[in-house]
Amino acid sequence: MTAEFAVELQDVVKRFITPEGNALNAVDHVTMQIKNGEFFSMLGSSGCGKTTSLRMIAGFEWPTEGEVYIEGKAMGHTPPFQRKVNTVFQSYALFQHLTVFQNIAFGLEMEGAQKDEIEKRVKHVLEMVQLTGMERRKPKQLSGGQQQRIAVARALVKVPDVLLLDEPLGALDLKLRKDMQLELKALQQQLGITFVYVTHDQEEAMTMSDRIAVMSKGKVQQMGTPVEIYERPANRFVADFIGDSNFFEGRIKSLSKNEAVVFIPDLKAEVTGIPVSQGLVTGEEITVSIRPEKVLISEKPMNQNTFRGRVTNTVYIGTDTHVYVDLMGKRVKVFEQNRISRLDPGSFYTVGQDVTLVMMPENVLVLKKE
Amino acid sequence: MNPHRRHPFIFSSAMLVYVFLYAPIVVLILFSFNASRANVTFEGFVPSFSDKVVMDGSLVLSSPCGPFHWFCELAKDKDVAEAAGNTLTIAIISTLVSSVIGTMAALSLQRYEFKLKPFSQLSLYIPIVIPEIVMGIGILTLFSQLFGVINSSLGLTGDSRLSMGLGTVIVSHIAFSVPFVTLVVQARLQGFDKSYEEAAMDLGANEWTTFRRVTLPMILPGVLSGALLAFTLSLDDFVITFFTNGPGSTTLPIYVYGLLRRIITPQVNALSTVWILTVFSVVLILQWLQNREAKQH
Repeated sequence: MTAEFAVELQDVVKRFITPEGNALNAVDHVTMQIKNGEFFSMLGSSGCGKTTSLRMIAGFEWPTEGEVYIEGKAMGHTPPFQRKVNTVFQSYALFQHLTVFQNIAFGLEMEGAQKDEIEKRVKHVLEMVQLTGMERRKPKQLSGGQQQRIAVARALVKVPDVLLLDEPLGALDLKLRKDMQLELKALQQQLGITFVYVTHDQEEAMTMSDRIAVMSKGKVQQMGTPVEIYERPANRFVADFIGDSNFFEGRIKSLSKNEAVVFIPDLKAEVTGIPVSQGLVTGEEITVSIRPEKVLISEKPMNQNTFRGRVTNTVYIGTDTHVYVDLMGKRVKVFEQNRISRLDPGSFYTVGQDVTLVMMPENVLVLKKE
Repeated sequence: MNPHRRHPFIFSSAMLVYVFLYAPIVVLILFSFNASRANVTFEGFVPSFSDKVVMDGSLVLSSPCGPFHWFCELAKDKDVAEAAGNTLTIAIISTLVSSVIGTMAALSLQRYEFKLKPFSQLSLYIPIVIPEIVMGIGILTLFSQLFGVINSSLGLTGDSRLSMGLGTVIVSHIAFSVPFVTLVVQARLQGFDKSYEEAAMDLGANEWTTFRRVTLPMILPGVLSGALLAFTLSLDDFVITFFTNGPGSTTLPIYVYGLLRRIITPQVNALSTVWILTVFSVVLILQWLQNREAKQH
C-alpha cells in the first residue's frame, strides 16, 4: 500500500456498439481518484456508467481509451484473476453446487493456501459476518441476507486491496438493507480496506460513503463528500438527483465581491445576498435552487427574500409534512419537520391559506447553465 | 361436485395409451420364451427336461436352459457378441466426442458474437430436419469419393486401403449427435448468469480453472442429458449406420435386420428383451442419480 490512490481512473472511455450499429460511450472520459482506506460510492441511475466503471476496475471489461490504475499500477489488459481486487456481485453469484465453506475457500484454494490455513481463515471471516456454523449449507438454503453476507465473506477472505461492491443490497428488503448498510460501513472501518460501492440509492450512498461520485450519461457530474454534494451541488442534475430541489430560472442582476443579486422573472422578484464563488458575470442566465426543507414558512410578511404564496396541498409523511405552495403560478415544495404532534388537524396549513415563504440567501444556490 | 373427480373417459384413454405403448413390448418379451421356432404363434414356454437341446421340426421339445433357451442360444452366438461390442464401442466413442464438441459449440454460440453466428445456429437444425436416409446417402457418397481420391493419390492397395468400417460409422454418428447435444446444452445455458464465471475469475481462477470448477459443474446436468440423448441415438441408429458400415462394423440394429431377412427365430426377441432391459435399467439408474442430486440441493 505505497501508492497514493487505491484506484485511479484516468480519462477512461468505454465504448459499446449498440445493436443498431451506433457507438455509445457508456463511460465517457471519466477521471477519478479513490484514496486508500476510503469508502467511495458511484451513484447514478441505471445506464449512467457506474457499473461499467466498476467492471473495468475488476477487469471484466477493458477501457476503450484511458487507463485504470490499481495501487499505482497500470492495469492495461490484466485479467481479473491477476488483480488484487475482489467483487461482491449484485446477484451474489454464489456457486450453487458448492457449500458455504467451499464457496469461501474457493479464492484461497486458487492462491494455493494450505488446508489448515484455509480452514482458519474461512472460520475467521464467517465470524466476521456472524454466520458461524453455516459452513455445510448450500447457498440456496440461506436467506437473502445470509447469502449477501457470504458473498461479502467470500470476497473479504482474500484480503483484497480494494473491495468492489455492485449494488450488493439491492435484493434485500428495506429494514435489512438499512442494517446491512451500517454493518458494511462498520466492517470497512474495522478492516481499513478501500471499498468502491455502486448504487442507485442516494440515501445508501449518503449513509456509508466518505466520498461520492454522482454519475450521469457516462460522465462524473460531481465528486465530493456527502455534505458537499448535498449542500453545494455542482449543477442542476446533481441538485435534482440528490434529494429534492426547487428550481427557478434567473439572471444575475448585480455582483459584489462574493455576493450576488439574482432576478427571477417567474416571481417578478429578486433574491439578494446570495453567496457565490467565482466564474459568474452580471447578466448571466443561471438557475437558482433551494432545498425544500430550507424554505421557511412564515405567518407574517417580512421584508427581504420573502414571497407571498398560497398553500395548494399538504402531505403528511410521518417525519415531515410536505407543503406545496403556489408562488405566482410556480409550485414550490416546502418540507416542514413534524416537531410537534400533528394529531390536531389545526396544526396543518389549510389549502388556500396565504403564507409567506422565506428563502435565506445562504441557502440559495446559483447553478450555472450547462 | 368435486372438480378433481376422475372422469371415466380420462381413465380409459390413459389405459389405452399404456396398452398401445407397452403391449408390443410385452408381446415381444413373451415371445422370447416361445417354444416355436417360427415365432408366429405362441406355443408355450420351452420345457427343460434333458441336458440336450431336443427339437421336433419347428418346436423345441426340451432344453437345458428351459424357458431361457433362446437366451442361451443368443449367448453362444459370436456374431451377436461382436455386433453388441461394435454398437457399444461406437456409442461410447461418438457420445464422448459429440458431448465435448456439442458443449463447446453451445458455449461459443452463447458467448461470442461473430459474423456467421445466425448461420451456425441455423445449421444445427439441418441434420435434425433432413431425412436420415438423405444424410446417410450423403455421408456414404462423401466417404467413398474421399477415400477413392486418397487411395489413388497415395497409391494405397489391399488392406491399407481406406474403406468403410467402424471409423466411418463413428464419424457419422458424431456428426448427427453434435446438434442434439448442442441444443440441449444451449437450453441449459439459457439464463446461465455470466457473473458466476466472473466471480470465479475475480477470486483468482484462470479461464480453464473457471470452466472446470464452476461452469462445467453448473451445466453438467445439461451436458449429461445431451450425452444420454447422443448415446441412445447412436445405440439404435439404423439408417445412417446402414450406409456407412463396412466389414467388421455390424451393429445390433444392422444385425437384427440381417436376421429378419433370413429367419425370424425367438432369438431375435431374446436379443430385443436383453436390449430393452439394459436400456431400461440405465434409465432407471440415471433417474435415481438425478433424484439423489435434486434432494441434495
